[in-house]
Amino acid sequence: MSLVGGLVESGRAQLRKWGRFTLFTLRLLAVSPRALLRPSLVVEQVHNSGALSLVIIMLSGLFVGMVLGLQGYDLLRRFGSTESLGTAAALGLLRELGPVVTALLFAGRAGTALTSEIGLMSATDQLSAMEMMAVDPVRRVCAPRFLGGVIAMPLLAAIFSMIGIYGAQLVGVTLMGVDAGQFWSQMRSAVELRDIVEGVVKSVAFGFACSAIAVYEGYHAVPTAEGVGRATTRTVVTSSVAVLAIDYMLTAVLL
Amino acid sequence: MNDSTDAGAPATVDAIARLTDVAYSVGGRAIFDGLDIAIERGKVTAIMGPSGTGKTTLLRLITGQIRASRGLVVVDGEDLGALNRDGLYRLRRRMGMLFQNGALLTDLDVYENVAFPVREHTDLPEALIGPIVLMKLQAVGLRGAARLMPAELSGGMARRVALARAIVMDPKILIYDEPFAGLDPIALGVVMRLIRQTNDALGLTSIVVSHDVHEIGKLADAAYLLSGGKVIAAGTPAALAANPAPVVRQFMSGEADGPVPFHYPAPDYGGQLLGVGAGS
Repeated sequence: MSLVGGLVESGRAQLRKWGRFTLFTLRLLAVSPRALLRPSLVVEQVHNSGALSLVIIMLSGLFVGMVLGLQGYDLLRRFGSTESLGTAAALGLLRELGPVVTALLFAGRAGTALTSEIGLMSATDQLSAMEMMAVDPVRRVCAPRFLGGVIAMPLLAAIFSMIGIYGAQLVGVTLMGVDAGQFWSQMRSAVELRDIVEGVVKSVAFGFACSAIAVYEGYHAVPTAEGVGRATTRTVVTSSVAVLAIDYMLTAVLL
Repeated sequence: MNDSTDAGAPATVDAIARLTDVAYSVGGRAIFDGLDIAIERGKVTAIMGPSGTGKTTLLRLITGQIRASRGLVVVDGEDLGALNRDGLYRLRRRMGMLFQNGALLTDLDVYENVAFPVREHTDLPEALIGPIVLMKLQAVGLRGAARLMPAELSGGMARRVALARAIVMDPKILIYDEPFAGLDPIALGVVMRLIRQTNDALGLTSIVVSHDVHEIGKLADAAYLLSGGKVIAAGTPAALAANPAPVVRQFMSGEADGPVPFHYPAPDYGGQLLGVGAGS
């Protein structure tokens, strides 16, 4: 009986949290148009979430592309079609690996920074001070950071895929001896616009989810050192699971 | 309970903020029950009380950050219980608040911190914002620190910047949460003088929450002493100091034991040491 009661209670708590998150996201969306009227704030956040994540995104993209080149070459060699390596790498990166790995890295790099920054602002009364100055912290602090993440994610994913394709080319063509002409021409004829659209749609959705989760966790963090630490952990865990779940759903819809 | 001084909120006072029979509880625990306070216009009013009596909670009630579960909170003619978010924000533009640590925005320098409310609430050109900000910084003696970041300021300086920021929109009411906590004697003197000067020069009403009896005695025009969720004494600081009630005397003269016990409630000492009450 107590087990059932406990399950019901934890289910309720989970539902309440979902409700709070949904309401918070709706409020974010409602104030976002006004936040866009101050583009300098949003641009600053695109810089913080996007430009400052560039090195980790580019390095990871290069290595993921190189691994893809090695694995792809080995796999395709068994079927005697190594010249399709370019197509395989490009499709894998544009449709899946680019958006997903970028989002996971984003959650770890930019998401945690957002959560801890907003959480610490709350712990040091900066958000309360804004409220006391009749400035809505959701509009002034949360919305620009949310929009910055939504804008930065597709750009980062595009850069990730581009560097990844270069990495695959580096391994496949330069190291393994796949014909460069075949590599590029097969890729260009096989990759269609809808493949690119799929990647863009996914990365926008991931940007939305990761930024909303990071901002929500920061804003609702218990305003203590421990509370902010826990919120930061939750951001990474929740964002990662959300990205993978959304990825499956979008793939099922878009294929 | 009380005596010569007028505890509660006399109806005759020209009050800019008035709490009538206010109750507030968190998680079933009553913080206030039947609180009556009147903040007189133009005066410096102190709210005192031992730690944990809800002094900061009282400020949050007056500023509308939380709502009373019973009773009436009226500030500058507006019933806080009836205001929506927009109404509350409009009211807060007539109030300034100083948080204990200043609560400066850490990503902006001193100048931008003071300019922040102006930029958020007006479309004034930079040519006008500059002089306004510099005048407020000059008033707190920190015009030269305009380009420092909050992390480079001492505690006293941060509080003075926060004061400049709080008065930049020319509020009617200025609220200080523990403005003296952790200041060295010089900074403390500066902050005390600034509170008095600001109040008188700008024609404000100031509410100061503090438990520094000595400082409040020199600064405030009126004081309320809170304990156990109620006002237990009110009047001028001198009247409070002369109040014979044991709980008031204990607080005003800083005695370790008295009606507010030194010991947190605990099982019998001897019994616990001998292991008899260990399980309880």
